[in-house]
Amino acid sequence: MCGIVGLFIKDKALEPRLGELTAGMLATMCERGPDSAGFAVYGAPKSGEAKITLQSPTPDKDFDGLAKAAERAIGGKTKLEIKSTHAVLTCPADKADAAREAIRAEFPNVRIMGSGEAIEIYKEVGYPTEVAKQFALAKMSGTHAIGHTRMATESAVTTLGAHPFSTGPDQCLVHNGSLSNHNNLRRELKHDGMSFETANDSEVAAAYLTWRMNQGLNLGQALEKSLEDLDGFFTFVVGTKNGFGVVRDPIACKPAVLAETDQYVAFGSEYRALAGLPGIENAKVWEPEPATVYFWER
Amino acid sequence: MRSIDLEKTPLRGLNESLHQLKDGTNETEWEVLNPRGQHAVAVGIDAPITVNIRGPVGYYCAGMNKQATVVVHGSAGPGTAENMMSGRVVVKGDASQYAGATGRGGLLLIEGNASSRCGISMKGIDIVVKGNIGHMSAFMAQTGNLVVLGDAGDALGDSIYEAKLFVRGSVKSLGADCIEKEMRPEHHEALTEILKKAGVNGIKTSEFKRYGSARKLYNFNIDNADAY
Repeated sequence: MCGIVGLFIKDKALEPRLGELTAGMLATMCERGPDSAGFAVYGAPKSGEAKITLQSPTPDKDFDGLAKAAERAIGGKTKLEIKSTHAVLTCPADKADAAREAIRAEFPNVRIMGSGEAIEIYKEVGYPTEVAKQFALAKMSGTHAIGHTRMATESAVTTLGAHPFSTGPDQCLVHNGSLSNHNNLRRELKHDGMSFETANDSEVAAAYLTWRMNQGLNLGQALEKSLEDLDGFFTFVVGTKNGFGVVRDPIACKPAVLAETDQYVAFGSEYRALAGLPGIENAKVWEPEPATVYFWER
Repeated sequence: MRSIDLEKTPLRGLNESLHQLKDGTNETEWEVLNPRGQHAVAVGIDAPITVNIRGPVGYYCAGMNKQATVVVHGSAGPGTAENMMSGRVVVKGDASQYAGATGRGGLLLIEGNASSRCGISMKGIDIVVKGNIGHMSAFMAQTGNLVVLGDAGDALGDSIYEAKLFVRGSVKSLGADCIEKEMRPEHHEALTEILKKAGVNGIKTSEFKRYGSARKLYNFNIDNADAY
């Protein structure tokens, strides 16, 4: 099954409520995916700064001293904000690659969940409302957010197997469905230099879109191409630094509802996810068409 | 009139109250408030009552309905009126996938659009959609009538048996073994009856085309042996 929620804010006045609204939406989708949950939150990017979201199974041990070690390695200032098993390392944008390399080399237990100017990613095994509470999702603000509740089918129930998957700067993808050509596609993408953390089919979809966008396509164009190259069942919701996209496969078994007002665009696997949003009574609410790309950019 | 607020009463409480009603009940008018997309609202009713649901519902609303009139004042999720037996189910907004699936009788009226697989495996129900229907509608439809005032998506009536499909707008493509058929006088009569029952006025039956089974897939054809 799996549940997806997404909120792309158009009215700045609503940005402080992004986390609170997303947490409410995610809570309605617990039954669709009780085994793990995750979310990506896009905050206001600060020029010249990069954020790297890290995760560790032993945060007390690993995060202590990580900021200092990163500073030594890159020769610049960093800041580490710890949230339970995750931490967000802020560093100068031009040193982000060096920081990632240093973390990989010196902290083998620490996993890099994603990085970019705006994105922060949190995901864990556990009941979705508990996961949201663990990272204080309700207190976060930002421009857009994508959340996922997982009922695993294709790979193990692990932190890394939870969604969203991030395979490029400020990019993330969540998936409801299962892909049937992911092994072959993974081989092809590896050949072209993409790397993978899991055996998960959804990660292949994320890497595929990253690979397409690396070729110069925008999110909408990359999603169009995915309809040709991905085989299987999927409803994807995808985020970039300033964009928010939705696409369903041509058979469109996996449910999806979109809503739009002057204030926001919202996605839910079901209407239940949207029922608590402000002004939903007068929103334009529709079911996205099969094999049709929807995307918004600010 | 009994009014039940799903913000205060659990869904199971509502459905248990509805299931206790029998023929001849005096509690014939019901209202359901704040459904907020919940699943299985007003399923399995077997009494001649009217239930007005104020707002959008989730999966399987009015499933297995017998005798009752259920009106959704909003949109409905997947599987609306699934396996309906008799009575009348009205959706004022849109309906999601497989509305009226396997329905055996009664009337399902969707005032907006229905998405994919509308009337899949229908077995005697009449479905009237004022808007459009999505792909794979009336897949393996056995009996009953599907009437669409708007357009139909891809693969209409794939592997259809003896259900009758009437479409006023365009059909994107027909499924395997589904063909356009002549509208004979008895079809105009039957369609007039269904439109009247659905309260649809001012539309001529001559505006519709009829689709049904070419009856080529009924029996195993030895020429197709290579396909297995």
